[in-house]
Amino acid sequence: MSFLVNLMLGLLFGAGLVVSGMSDPAKVLNFLDLFGTWDPSLAFVMGGAVLVAFTGYRLVLSRGQPIVGGRFHLPRKTDIDARVIAGPAIFGIGWGLGGFCPGPALTSLGLAAAGTLVFVPAMILGMWVARAIGEARTGTAAA
Amino acid sequence: MTEFTPLASLIGGMMIGLSAVLLMLWEGRIAGISGIASRLLPPYRDGAFLSRFGFVIGLVAAPFAMMALTGHQVEQTVSSNIPLMLGAGLLVGFGSAWGHGCTSGHGVCGLSRLSARSFVATAVFMATAFVTVFFARHVLGG
Repeated sequence: MSFLVNLMLGLLFGAGLVVSGMSDPAKVLNFLDLFGTWDPSLAFVMGGAVLVAFTGYRLVLSRGQPIVGGRFHLPRKTDIDARVIAGPAIFGIGWGLGGFCPGPALTSLGLAAAGTLVFVPAMILGMWVARAIGEARTGTAAA
Repeated sequence: MTEFTPLASLIGGMMIGLSAVLLMLWEGRIAGISGIASRLLPPYRDGAFLSRFGFVIGLVAAPFAMMALTGHQVEQTVSSNIPLMLGAGLLVGFGSAWGHGCTSGHGVCGLSRLSARSFVATAVFMATAFVTVFFARHVLGG
């Protein structure tokens, strides 16, 4: 059941990326090109998403628990550590080079552009390396 | 040039936000794509593999559902510079997993929860992305 619900939510999320134009790296790169062919669309995507999520999270979290699983799995870390600076700094460089962040890259996978077919496996490898280093450094079983 | 699409982008963004809210309502999880994708790899610490797998299948299926629904092709321009896309993929994967989030987890969900960590993360990746594009297009000339 959770598989099917998540499949529908993934479809909705991916359709949102397609409708908003964010599945096209050219639109993302043009948003990031303030001094060139600037396309402000991405700001409207973020605005629309945050507007709905900010309001919706308030309603949902006031329920006390989700429909399944018994509790909300919210990030427990609140401190500003080195990882939450270094990680996004590295991520932003890659995002600016390719125009893909993880959602649009996965959504584009089946469209099978050569660049996407190289980007996605490289992204998965990068994620695996980061997790492996993180595990080795902490040596804990923290989720 | 790409066309400025304020209305379509606002609506698409609201669909993304709605997906995040419904995932929180259903099983209490953050709709962060880097977290969902990176936890498809071992080690597995919770029983949410099938959920994450379903979400990713939905993402991959989305453009085909949209094409079936609208009859229009999904337009995109992806760089065919293979070494560039290889490097970009490695950086995006490593950075998003190392920083515990990407545009969705920190950008959409984190900002909506008013998380200070996510505000910092979002400001940092926006800044390095702007600088990267500036150098690529206006200094090196892309």
